[in-house]
Amino acid sequence: MNPSPVSPLLNIHDLRVVYLTTRGPVKAVDGVSFAIQPGEVVGLAGESGSGKSTIAHAILRILHPPALITGGQALFGNRDIMKMDDAELGQFRWSNISIVFQSAMNSLNPVMKIRDQLLDVMLQHGLSKADANKRALDLFKLVGIDPQRLNTYPHQLSGGMRQRAVIAIALALNPPLLIMDEPTTALDVVVQKDILQQIAVLREKMGFSILFITHDLSLLVEFSTHIAIMYAGEIVEQAPARELFSNPLHPYTLGLMNSFPSISGEKHKLTGIPGSPPDLVMPPSGCRFHPRCPKVMPICSETTPVTKSISPGHLVACHLY
Amino acid sequence: MNPNAKIPSCEPETGQPHLGSHGKPISTQLDFLLRMLTQPKAIIGLVILGIFILTALFAPLIAPNDPNKYVGLPHQPPSSTHWLGTTGQGQDVFTQLVWGSRISLLIGFSVGILSTILGLMIGMVAGYIPGVVDGVLNMFTNVFLLIPGLPLLITLASFLPQGMLTVMLVLTFTGWAWPARVFRSQVLCLREKDFVSASVVSGEGVPRIVFSEILPNMLSLVMSSLFGAVIYTIGADAGLAFLGFENVNIVSWGTMLYWASNSSALLQEAWWTFVPPGLCIALVSFATTMLIYSMDEVTNPRLRSEKEITRVLRKYHLGSKRSTPVVNEPLAR
Repeated sequence: MNPSPVSPLLNIHDLRVVYLTTRGPVKAVDGVSFAIQPGEVVGLAGESGSGKSTIAHAILRILHPPALITGGQALFGNRDIMKMDDAELGQFRWSNISIVFQSAMNSLNPVMKIRDQLLDVMLQHGLSKADANKRALDLFKLVGIDPQRLNTYPHQLSGGMRQRAVIAIALALNPPLLIMDEPTTALDVVVQKDILQQIAVLREKMGFSILFITHDLSLLVEFSTHIAIMYAGEIVEQAPARELFSNPLHPYTLGLMNSFPSISGEKHKLTGIPGSPPDLVMPPSGCRFHPRCPKVMPICSETTPVTKSISPGHLVACHLY
Repeated sequence: MNPNAKIPSCEPETGQPHLGSHGKPISTQLDFLLRMLTQPKAIIGLVILGIFILTALFAPLIAPNDPNKYVGLPHQPPSSTHWLGTTGQGQDVFTQLVWGSRISLLIGFSVGILSTILGLMIGMVAGYIPGVVDGVLNMFTNVFLLIPGLPLLITLASFLPQGMLTVMLVLTFTGWAWPARVFRSQVLCLREKDFVSASVVSGEGVPRIVFSEILPNMLSLVMSSLFGAVIYTIGADAGLAFLGFENVNIVSWGTMLYWASNSSALLQEAWWTFVPPGLCIALVSFATTMLIYSMDEVTNPRLRSEKEITRVLRKYHLGSKRSTPVVNEPLAR
């Protein structure tokens, strides 16, 4: 998607995911395309229920029933994740793409020591016990926890430390891509900042790419290189981070931007976006944002806008452009 | 007190809101009924059970004769005068079957309800009040769980004066422990929830917390436990009667089996004397089981969508896999 000399690390093309319900299939992700270049931090932002986490889980094929992927490709190198079988996925996950889940408390087993949970993934992927132990120590130093803490249980760690431990587990196999599904949502702002800085440092050092999922656009300001904005299962706008912040085009992006205060710059009233996200069993006709859009035109409810390229790497799906 | 109390996670996710004294219990119960009626399993269960209940209610109209009356030669096969033949004593099997449904269903449902209520009382109190109360009640429950059920049933039934009331008491006495154990563990889990703490803080008394706050949250469990108890009771009642520990002059499906065995129906190849009552017991259990299943599916939406995905997977020949399945075509609504 992004014109770039290097071939993308992960190329998502026309991904579709539905959740089967008795009311009919819910189109949680509907034709999403984006690419992650090596070394990039791609931010995926949108409100609750827009399908951000569904994308993250669909890339790794770890969505539970009643989820069903109904089309699309996820090319990692030249391998399509959507065509892999269980055994291939078992080896592929974590060594190529790992994930940090939203709640560290829920992704750590409360009755196992952190060390064993860290070793688990390495032993599964063929490291010797001695190597794995050594790596565990390194990883803990890397994420900034005292290695002695390896022998504790999850409940003996604070929220921030737990999230660091989870990040250490995600980095265990040195994957080229890390998916972070709202990794700091459950933490307070101070810890949040610490962790984000730690991730930035680690990325410099280890050179992995990140797909960073959040509902907090302000987090992405300093952190990401490329941002995609999701609404109701579709990407409405994507652009390099600077470009998006200096020149937001889609009315929804503008609405999100106006929903949080900027620290520098002049004061202005926060406006927010009126209304609530649509029902995805029967999404609105045409542009899905049109019932809430401040710049709605007659055409908006009739035809679905096509995604247009405004400038290199800046794509927007809106009838205004 | 806390109308927005979340449905606790230890509850097998009730798809419906809190059925308590708050909100609109009538409309949610109606909604529950309507959703039950869209389930094929529920319809099968309700229809079968309905037929039996109507038969029991209108027994005098359906089979006007006295079921104990000798109407013909013994062991006559089914004919136009005796639709299901005659017993070894020359009584009409059809008439006995119709009248027998009264006793069997009456005992089944009343004992099912009684033992569920008893189990509910003991289990919920034990679960909510830790310490001595829980210790003593739980010990009783464990003792009753450990005593082998059938010998205790037989012992009690043979010592107490014979009669329907005895049977009902004995079955209740031996049937409450299992539901009590289940309810206790559910309350142990629910009492840790924030909405219970909120009720405590707001000054509600123990009975109100237990029965108005906690109980509605485990209603689906209580219902399936109740139906389970009905099935158990009908079976146990038939067993007692078959072994002759009940008043064998009362006509029930169990005593019909007793008399069939007594007059060597198997040797005589008089299948019409023991197949109908056996089949009726099986059908009632089947219908009740169907109701339990469908209630599970209505109260636990996840079960329904799992069924849906199994259907789709079968359609695309995907089989069940651990990873999210991929179907490369849009699904029609």
